Amino acid sequence: MSTAPAQRRATTAALPARLADAARDESSIRGFLHGLPGVDPVGVESRAAALATRSIKAGSKLRAIDLAISMVDLTTLEGSDTPGKVRSLAAKARRPDPLYPEIPAVAAVCVYPDMAGVAAAQLVGSGVGVASVATAFPAGRSSLAVKIAETRLAIDSGATEVDMVIDRGAFLAGDYGKVFDEICAIKQECGTTRLKVILETGELGTYDNVRRASWLALLAGGDFIKTSTGKITPAATLPVVHVMLQAVHDWHGITGQRRAVKPAGGIRNTKDALRYLVAVREVAGPEWLDPFLFRFGASSLLNDLLMQRRTQIEGHYSGPDYVTVD
Amino acid sequence: MQLNDDPHSPGVRAATDWEYAPAPESAAIGRIRDRYQMFVGGQFVDGNGDDLETENPATAQALSLVSTASPKDVGTAVGHARDALDGSWSRLSGGQRGKYLFRIARGIAERARELAVVETLDNGKPIKESRDVDVPTAAAHFFYHAGWADKLAYAGSGPDPKALGVVGQVIPWNFPLLMAAWKIAPALAAGNTVVIKPAETTPLSILVLAEIIADAELPPGVVNIIPGDGTIGRALVEHPGIDKVAFTGSTEVGKQIQASLAGTGRRLTLELGGKAANIVFDDAPIDQAVEGIVNGIFFNQGHVCCAGSRLLVQESVAQEVIAKLLERISTLRLGDPMDKNTDIGAINSADQLARITSLTATGEQEGAVRWTSPCPVPDRGYFFPPTVFTSVSQSMRIAREEIFGPVLSVLTFRTPDEAIAKANNTPYGLSAGVWTEKGSRILGMAGALRAGVVWANTFNRFDPTAAFGGYKESGFGREGGRSGLAAYLATDDEGAF
Repeated sequence: MSTAPAQRRATTAALPARLADAARDESSIRGFLHGLPGVDPVGVESRAAALATRSIKAGSKLRAIDLAISMVDLTTLEGSDTPGKVRSLAAKARRPDPLYPEIPAVAAVCVYPDMAGVAAAQLVGSGVGVASVATAFPAGRSSLAVKIAETRLAIDSGATEVDMVIDRGAFLAGDYGKVFDEICAIKQECGTTRLKVILETGELGTYDNVRRASWLALLAGGDFIKTSTGKITPAATLPVVHVMLQAVHDWHGITGQRRAVKPAGGIRNTKDALRYLVAVREVAGPEWLDPFLFRFGASSLLNDLLMQRRTQIEGHYSGPDYVTVD
Repeated sequence: MQLNDDPHSPGVRAATDWEYAPAPESAAIGRIRDRYQMFVGGQFVDGNGDDLETENPATAQALSLVSTASPKDVGTAVGHARDALDGSWSRLSGGQRGKYLFRIARGIAERARELAVVETLDNGKPIKESRDVDVPTAAAHFFYHAGWADKLAYAGSGPDPKALGVVGQVIPWNFPLLMAAWKIAPALAAGNTVVIKPAETTPLSILVLAEIIADAELPPGVVNIIPGDGTIGRALVEHPGIDKVAFTGSTEVGKQIQASLAGTGRRLTLELGGKAANIVFDDAPIDQAVEGIVNGIFFNQGHVCCAGSRLLVQESVAQEVIAKLLERISTLRLGDPMDKNTDIGAINSADQLARITSLTATGEQEGAVRWTSPCPVPDRGYFFPPTVFTSVSQSMRIAREEIFGPVLSVLTFRTPDEAIAKANNTPYGLSAGVWTEKGSRILGMAGALRAGVVWANTFNRFDPTAAFGGYKESGFGREGGRSGLAAYLATDDEGAF
């Protein structure tokens, strides 16, 4: 880790003094994270539940469905993934519903690094991104060298976005510097490729930890903070995403930069997606209602969005056989 | 660092202007009738007072007519209550009384949606609050007290506590149905009979409750509901046939009632005004504290006697808290109370709006800095945008008098002792809030604050099992929980000879 201080300086050079100081060394990072105000679980959960009662109807619902579709990172992360599976997912990503060509394409297809090339070939010229997980996803239990090499593999194969996992073990052990340096190193390897930092909030245990991990990832240069790998229960929950949206909102307040948020895992239907969009609008701000700044990591969500969209337009429900299974 | 000026996928636009379409609840669900009658002696009857017109404060248009009581009708109602007490009601076992209360509770739950709409149309509060707070909590009060009816011997009021008799109750307009439930449920559980007067501007929901009570086949005369103005309220509380008076309303009227009952031997409980301090320490969960401050003062347009109308924030975090608070308040949606997405509804009456307007004007005159939410305000009906005063000092009227509207006064403190001194420096003492992640500080503050309810890291939470009531000019007696029940029982230590 001899390059760590240099990487830190590179990452934090552009930050306001207050934040650059926070990232100076291990103890300043710890002091900063533990100096963040706590999160009261009862309060954040009741706020999330209250916002979930917003009633989204008519034109506003249709608009939200299209927005949500354009925010989907259509995901397959299975040991059984094949080039055929990835190709069919890519086709779906470009044109989600063959009957309604006006529906926007999704934001990206999310795959393992060895499939990034297949996805990239299919998506050339479509505007749909290729997101690749990397860094020994999902556990993150490997050496930094391996993680950097995997990141390089993903980018060289055509990934336009990299989804890394943090070392939760190091985080829970209080070794914030290690987590920070790893994110910095991967960010440096990414260059201009956007980096999503998966916090795996289901393993962090408390909202206080979610807030600390969010700020740690933002400080280290993560373009996105992302809830989950999808391999752990619970994955994304509304209150956790509230905490993360608040973090990017506050980050913007200090730095003027807008960073992105991605809930992943467990968001299966339109109703859930609309609740997230309401939270985005009211916690982070309307500026975050943009696929550049908010994504859904999901697989089955897309088909429910398509079915609900048809219901809005055709005036009646159809069924799962009227949307494509990919 | 990459910023948001990067081109997106072709054809995809940001949706920063994504707005919620109107989502109004249907007014037809309220089945508002042209005219409502009093409920006396188990019958819906015309009173001898003039009909009163109740209006929808969101439109300032007439909603319905309500028959009102004359002073003579008060006597008739008290007579029915006495007959019911001496007749069948006092011979029922606690278990049988409990069955009636369970029936009423279920009736409220079954007609919840209708009640919510009636409440919102008549009162002006947002439908999400009447739907999610007022109506379910009203049902919860009947459910809770139904359970006590056959267990009074175990309520800590002696081995065989007795009912007090005929109870006269006067309730305010801010939670019309919920206050009716707070008053009626414990009175009946303890075996009393009731004559109750709703507020002049909000008589409708309690008259729907009367239908539920009639459908529950409660014996005639056990609950009598007599709409009317303040003179009817006075006639009721001063009626010699009343054994106990329970009043919720202004401190001014409460004092008059206490004076007129002095020496009569009749029991009295008062739940009056407040000027609660919501105290935020520098180690508070700031984002949730901001939510709690918003909930504390803007819930029900601030028409809450226990509203957190004075924010006391530690100076070291004052700037941050106020900045976050104003930003958050700007997102509150003010407008049509029937819209499911409305956060702040209408002020209940033109009179109240005038009161709020004139009291806030003194704030500016006395040198406080006024901030008003930029939210759009409807051009008809009675609305007042969320307002925050900073640079407020203890000596200003806006820091001392109850405004009873969506107006927050912000003061600062340096040490816990100063917070306690400022919080207690008021003639009121109904509620207080403490925001800190430090458990020992919560306990210390709760012990030092002279307020009937102290919320820690939350605000405006109501539960039938928790006692609610005031110190000093906020009144005496408790409602809810065992101590609330005791206020309707003749207990051993006070001698029921």
